Amino acid sequence: MKQSLLTVISNSALTSNVYELKLSGIEGMNIRPGQFVNVKTDGNYLRRPISVCDAEGDILTLVYRVAGAGTAEMSTWQVGKKADVLTELGNGYDLSAAGDHPVLIGGGVGIPPLYYLAKELKKQGKTVSAVLGFNTASERFYEEAFREVCDDVCVTTADGSYGIKGFVTDALPQNPTCSYACGPTPMMKALYRSLACDGQFSLEERMGCGFGACMGCSIQTKSGNKRVCKDGPVFRKEDLLWED
Amino acid sequence: MGRLSVELCGIELDNPVIPASGTFGFGYEFAELYDINCLGTFSFKGTTKDPRFGNPTPRIAECSMGMLNAVGLQNPGVEAVINEELPKLKPVFHKPVMANISGFSVDDYVYTAKKLDAEDQVGWLEINISCPNVHGGGMSFGTDPDAAYEVIHAVRQVTKKPLIAKLSPNVTDITAIAKACENAGADAVSLINTLLGMRIDLKTKKPVLANTTGGLSGPAVFPVAVRMVYQVHKAVSIPVIGMGGVSSAQDVIEMMMAGATAVEIGAANLVDPFACPKIIEELPAVMDRCGIENLTDIIGIA
Ligand SMILES: Cc1cc2nc3c(=O)[nH]c(=O)nc-3n(C[C@H](O)[C@H](O)[C@H](O)COP(=O)(O)OP(=O)(O)OC[C@H]3O[C@@H](n4cnc5c(N)ncnc54)[C@H](O)[C@@H]3O)c2cc1C
Ligand SMILES: Cc1cc2nc3c(=O)[nH]c(=O)nc-3n(C[C@H](O)[C@H](O)[C@H](O)COP(=O)(O)O)c2cc1C
Ligand code: FES
Repeated sequence: MKQSLLTVISNSALTSNVYELKLSGIEGMNIRPGQFVNVKTDGNYLRRPISVCDAEGDILTLVYRVAGAGTAEMSTWQVGKKADVLTELGNGYDLSAAGDHPVLIGGGVGIPPLYYLAKELKKQGKTVSAVLGFNTASERFYEEAFREVCDDVCVTTADGSYGIKGFVTDALPQNPTCSYACGPTPMMKALYRSLACDGQFSLEERMGCGFGACMGCSIQTKSGNKRVCKDGPVFRKEDLLWED
Repeated sequence: MGRLSVELCGIELDNPVIPASGTFGFGYEFAELYDINCLGTFSFKGTTKDPRFGNPTPRIAECSMGMLNAVGLQNPGVEAVINEELPKLKPVFHKPVMANISGFSVDDYVYTAKKLDAEDQVGWLEINISCPNVHGGGMSFGTDPDAAYEVIHAVRQVTKKPLIAKLSPNVTDITAIAKACENAGADAVSLINTLLGMRIDLKTKKPVLANTTGGLSGPAVFPVAVRMVYQVHKAVSIPVIGMGGVSSAQDVIEMMMAGATAVEIGAANLVDPFACPKIIEELPAVMDRCGIENLTDIIGIA
């Protein structure tokens, strides 16, 4: 973990309530796909955990949905603003488990961390498929970015206004070697039931610290009690206790 | 003794800054961030006789200038603390550590205290009496002077180490509880533990915390903590450890002026993992500005 004062270099709306924030200034950035950062916002006591969407050079990209007071404050950040950010948090995805044809499955603001993962998996020469789930056409973001990186991208919308009508589970590719997933809990549980291959699931919990100190984010797994922020947020599908 | 050093129950601390139980784990993970030997000491995660997972999530809620937690005393149990956690701490922390102990019956407390009393790494036992007493209808030991007396008296019989009673603020008269603990043989009292609170999510119309209620801490509670430390310092003749919302060197000094011999820092560590070393570094300059030569000169000066 590192604490850095980063500089906003852009903060632009991708949809009516999803923003892309670019921050510069991390020295010796050492961030793995699936890790997250914890962002201090003005007027709120706790930090806000946001996944790393991309990390290139000294520029960190975050994509966030305005959900409440903290993310609303972030959406007002202007270029040049200094942001207090804890970086290199969490374990990240295990790329060595990918096999030849991994599939990345994201729902809503669970999609951003998969972008950095897709780039890194392509660097390793994998055939990468992505399934991106949204509620409706107007909520789509990053589709083009994924198309540039992945071999195959499928978009679903719950209301059928774009792409395949339905959920990500309705659009899974044939015989992937491994799945990497991030999204709302109902989506993750549906994937848990329908995916035959190994999987790495990124989970979400309310956090006190984000770096393992408070036990605020604990879950029970087949290999014992784990902190989502430090032992996760990525867990092996086989480890989750989601049978019921 | 340096300008910052204080004495806590016969053990000298290089400075009065002590990360509070539940916000610092068992210390060794913070040792990856900075040299934790800069601290006065720290109080490790509340330890119970048996391992505990704690409450379901969400366990954390936010509020203006503070947070609620309902972790529910997640810890690996005293056996694992002794066999796994303390050995990991040993190579990175060379000072006596404060052992924070919880229980749900007098026997629980005595069992855990006896085990930790035998550990050389442990300097003080801090008994968290805010826990519900399963044999007392679930009422917290810390809200009844007789129950507080009973548990501290029982632990006193099994330890020669300095014994600190950690008091709950969820009472009408905290001085009555503090005096009961002093009479039972406590060498010091520490306060405040968290204040019982609750938040409701306007969208779901349900409590934010799965446990419904949780403990409030952070800057929001600081004035309450200062008031209680002041009252308890006047009421007892044993040292008082002050905590509750401390987030700066100024807050440390204010807490000591209220009567604290040492100061614990909780929630601030969660928001800024480097809060404690920053505060220790800032103390001398703030003391200079306030015309304070040695911290021991200001204890209870208000
Ligand atoms: C590991 C991790 C990665 C995340 N990555 C992203 C991301 O890339 N993009 C994105 O848009 N969102 C992401 N989230 C969710 C994001 O953290 C919340 O939407 C955000 O904290 C809401 O803050 P707020 O002040 O706007 O909302 P409020 O509802 O006002 O927040 C109140 C409190 O609840 C917490 N909280 C509220 N919703 C969530 C939630 N869903 N998960 C965790 N804590 C929550 C807040 O942190 C804060 O402490 C991630 C969450 C986690 C745990
Ligand atoms: C996440 C969290 C966990 C805590 N766990 C414990 C505990 O195990 N034992 C204990 O005595 N106090 C526990 N506390 C209380 C703190 O030690 C401290 O008394 C309280 O938070 C007030 O200080 P603060 O405002 O600086 O946080 C916990 C507090 C927090 C925020
Ligand atoms: S949020 Fe504090 S331990 Fe995970």
